[in-house]
Parts: sequence; structure tokens; C-alpha cells
Amino acid sequence: MSRTRPPGFLPTLGKGGQGGFWRHSAGATVDTYLLEGKAPSLDTTALPTPTLPASGEGAVSSPAGGGGWEGERGDSSCTRISQSPPPPLFQRGEISAKWAITAPPTLFLLVFFLAPALIVVLASFQYPGEFGGLAPLTDPGDGGEHGLTLENYLFFASDWLFAEILLRSFAVAAASTLICLILAYPVAWMIARGPKKHRNLLVLLVILPFASNFLIRVYAWMIILGPQAAFALAVNGLLGAFGLGPVSLLFSPFAVLVGMVYVHLPFMILPLYTNLEKHDPVLLDAAQDLGANAWQRFWRVTWPLSLPGIFSGSALVFIPVLGMFAIPDILGGTRDMLIGNLIKDQFLGVRDWPFGATLSIVLTLCVLGLAWLAAWAGKARRAHA
Amino acid sequence: MRRLPVWLKLAAGFTFAFLYLPLLVVVVYSFNDSRLNAEWVGFTLDWYRALFADEEMQLAARNSLFIALVSSLCATFLGTLAGLAIHRYNPRWLPLLVITPVAMPEILLGVSLLVFFIQVLHLTLGLLSVVLAHISFSIGFVAIIVRARLAGMDEGIFEAARDLGASPWATFRLVTFPLILPAVVAGFLMAFTLSIDDFVITFFTAGVGVSTLPLQIYSMIKIAVTPEVNAVSTLLMLLTLVLVIAASRMDKSFMKGGA
Repeated sequence: MSRTRPPGFLPTLGKGGQGGFWRHSAGATVDTYLLEGKAPSLDTTALPTPTLPASGEGAVSSPAGGGGWEGERGDSSCTRISQSPPPPLFQRGEISAKWAITAPPTLFLLVFFLAPALIVVLASFQYPGEFGGLAPLTDPGDGGEHGLTLENYLFFASDWLFAEILLRSFAVAAASTLICLILAYPVAWMIARGPKKHRNLLVLLVILPFASNFLIRVYAWMIILGPQAAFALAVNGLLGAFGLGPVSLLFSPFAVLVGMVYVHLPFMILPLYTNLEKHDPVLLDAAQDLGANAWQRFWRVTWPLSLPGIFSGSALVFIPVLGMFAIPDILGGTRDMLIGNLIKDQFLGVRDWPFGATLSIVLTLCVLGLAWLAAWAGKARRAHA
Repeated sequence: MRRLPVWLKLAAGFTFAFLYLPLLVVVVYSFNDSRLNAEWVGFTLDWYRALFADEEMQLAARNSLFIALVSSLCATFLGTLAGLAIHRYNPRWLPLLVITPVAMPEILLGVSLLVFFIQVLHLTLGLLSVVLAHISFSIGFVAIIVRARLAGMDEGIFEAARDLGASPWATFRLVTFPLILPAVVAGFLMAFTLSIDDFVITFFTAGVGVSTLPLQIYSMIKIAVTPEVNAVSTLLMLLTLVLVIAASRMDKSFMKGGA
């Protein structure tokens, strides 16, 4: 019978004996079950308890003799404490605990992440509403547009301009990733190979600018690249010396690229550092003993070993850059529009939600494709090694 | 210990300069007695005075704090549960649900929540929609930090607790929770920082009525740049500086979780 559950099981039981189950006698709980006319649901899995004296067992099986329980209760609790509870009882608690732990975050994310994502998929096949938003799925009766359509996807395919914007986004993301890698490698290497006592401080120094608001970091470049700033004056002075006309640094593709690299650089440094830190320095000594020069030690030992770090860093830079709209918005000119800007305009500017949803789906598919490619490349590399 | 070549140190130094000089520029110009962020005219605190007289900015700051506090508390609760669940029960779909909002471009989460709130829930965009949106992207970060902490712990401790007769709840309350507490606090600080800094998702879910500090900064940058932006940026940098240092002191996995 179910009488020797330790006190902590109470919250998860929710049955008749709730609240003070342990303080009352075990038998009283069974009594409650009998009074309520339903079997204690626990009995199916709960084992007969080895901790109770045999008389206790008998008492449970004959509730009519309830009067004599008082004395035995003390005994049974004493014996219980001296022995470890039987495992199957824990499994029962585990099941409700599992639900209590898993359900809240799962439910929240199903409602506020998965459902919205699915709504966007649906929206990409709908008509735009008359005053923004979406047209109804069922006929509203006034002859307005309704139901599902492929029109949005056909519209995307019909104009080369959209493909061009998508390709430009890919190009900017690839260039940003590459520049980040070049800038990040020496830093990650220095932190990983430098004295141990400095490591945490240096990592913190990398994180700190990343923690300040990214609009502030973009704004900083707006100041630096601005036409009256010292940097822009110096660049234009240098260009003038070679007889080249002054260029506008701000509101240009160059500014967009600088902003992208600046904002995402820590995302490349940190995974690279985490990877490089794990390398065994003995490998480099071995390579040196075998006659490898500094370049060979880097290219044939360190670089191949750091590929996983490079991959995760690249993903952390490439994917956010691909969807970025604020940096081109602030630092770019009108011709530097990326897919993120196009999506933003559909939702908040021209208010063509279905086409915006279509563009979002296209972007999602690109990201998923990249993730799949990365996973595939990783697997192939491991198989090769 | 192998000595580092000089050119490597120079390259790393260059990158650190690249990381810090722009921020320094923002801070320096916040004290500049000129409307233009161009040449140094003289020291002033006028931009800070203007900032503290700016009621819109103060309302935005209060909104930001309220949203960050509520959303990070909820996200810490749900994220800790998610981290525990993933570590202990290895559920099939939860890891994917937790990680995807973190890994996706933010704009996708922003627009999907916009459509969902308006089209499905018929919710007027405002504080509630922003809080819900912030919770959904913060859960993942908290879960990652908590799970990293759990993964580094000896399972034997929990088994010992149970062998001594502790119920799952007692085990959690007396053993697991005190052990993961630093990660939970670090996760909370992380969620708070993310929320108070978030621009993209807030941009889509705030509607017209509600402004937060990042939204306010954005509109100032887009419409009229004055050194008041520098002043608010400097203060915001100070705040996040304190938060990040606090979080990194709490838990080492914050460094990796933050990456």
C-alpha cells in the first residue's frame, strides 16, 4: 500500500491525504480513499512497503479495525526513517515532477514562439487586408479577397530586384564574417596563449563593449564616419593628395560593413577563444620537434583544430547579419537596403503583411539551409578525420 | 609557455582599440559643449541636464526598467525550469524550442510576434506584448546558462540526497537549487541586460504608444542627433557595465553562455 511515501511527495499527489498526510496516520489516508469510494491511484505501482511492521499491513487491509492504529504509527515512522525508501515510489514522484518542470517552458514557447512562427507561414499564403493586416481566410460576403494564394511567392520570383537584395544580404554577411574572423583570430589566440591570470580579464574586456546597447555602438560610427569628423577629414585629405575626389564615408556600403563587423565581432572572438584554449600546447612542441616552422605549425596544427570554433563563430556572425535592418537603416544609404529592411518596410511601412511574411519565410529557409549545410559539413569533416 | 610574436600582440591590440575607441568617442562627446559631434569645444554637463529634463526620455527609461524586470523574472523562472528539464529528462522537442528563438535572426521573431499579437490575440500592442516577446527570447539564454552549470555537477550529490530519504522537491530545494543559484542569478542578469538592450523585437512589438530607451535612442539618431544621445548612451553603458561585471562574478558559464 501507499503509506510510506516520504513527506515531500505530498505536493505532487493532490489526492485525499493532502496537507498533513504524514502527520496523520497512514491508515487515515487509506480511510479517506475508501470514504470517497475510489481506489487510491497510487496502488497500481506502489510496492508494499518493507518498512512497515506486518501488523500495519494487516490494519490497512481491514479498515474496520481502525481503532488500534494509534500505537503503531510511531513504530512505522521510526522504522521508515532508518531505511531508504523503495525506488518505484520515486518514479511516481518523478513523473509528476517531470511534468511540473517541463510543461511551463514548453507551453510558453509553443504559444509565444511556435504558434507565431506557424502563423507567419500561413500569412505568407494569404492576401493583404484592405487596411493592412491580413485578408480573411473565409469569404466575408462582400466579395473581398480571401482564402489562400501563391501570389506572394510569385511576386517574389517575378522581380529580379528581390533576388538582388537577398544576394546583397548574403554578400554583406559573408564579408562581415570574413573580416570578423581576421580581426578575431589574433585576439582569441592572444587570450588563449597568454598568461592564465590575464585570461578572465581579457575575456571580460571582449564582452564589455558587446554588452553596451548595439544602437550606441552603431551611433559611435555615425560620429566617427560623419563628414566633419577627424577620421573622414583625414581619409578625404589622403584621397585628395592622390587627386581623388572627396567621398562620403557615412551612408555608404563601407559604413554598413564597418557597423556590422563592429557589432558582431565579440560573437567571433568568444567561440574561437573557447576552442583555442582547449588546444594542447604539446602538439605545437611536437610539430616543432618534427621540423615544422611557425607557419606550418599554425596552418597544419592550430588552424585545422580551430575549425569548430570558426564554424560556430561564423554562424553567430553570419545569421544575425543576414537579418539585420537597423545598421543599414542608420549607416547605409537608400541603395544599401538588405532583406531585413525590405521585411521591416512590408510590416511597418507599406503594410503588405503577406509579402513581408513571404520574405520572412525566404529568410528562414536561407538560415535553415545554412544550418543544415553547417551540420552536414561538420559531419563530413568528422567522418573524414 | 611559448612567447607570443610581437605582430600578434599588435594585431590583437588593434582589435581591442577597434572595440573601445568608438565607445570612448561617444563618452567624450557627451561632455562636449557643442551641438555637433565634431570638434572639441569645451567641457559641459549640459547634455546630462537636458537628459534629466527630458520627460519622454524618463518615461522611456521607466518603461525599459519595468519591462526588463518583469520579463527577466519570468524568463528566469521558465528558463531555469527548461534548463533543469533538458538536463534531467532530455525531452525531445524542448531543446529545439529553447534554442531556435536564440539562434534565429531577431527580425523573424519580431514580425511573427507582431502578426500573432494583432491577428490572433487581437491584443493592443503595448507593455504586455513587449514583455511577452522579451520572455520568449530570454528563456533560451537562461536555460543555456543553467544547463551548463548542471552539466558540470556530480550526479552523485543528487543520488546521495535521495538515498538519505529526500523527496524530489526536498532534493531540489535543499541541494539542486542552492547549487545552481549562481547560474540562475547570472541568467537573470543576462535576461535583464538583453531586455533593457533589445531594439529589434521591441521595435516590432511595442506599437505606437510605448517607448523604451533603445526605441527613444533610435528615433533620436534617425531624426535629430544631439549629444543628448551621447549622454544617455554613456549612462546606459555604465548600467550594463555594472550588470555584466556582476553576472560574470556570479557564474563562469556566463562567459560562455554570453558568447
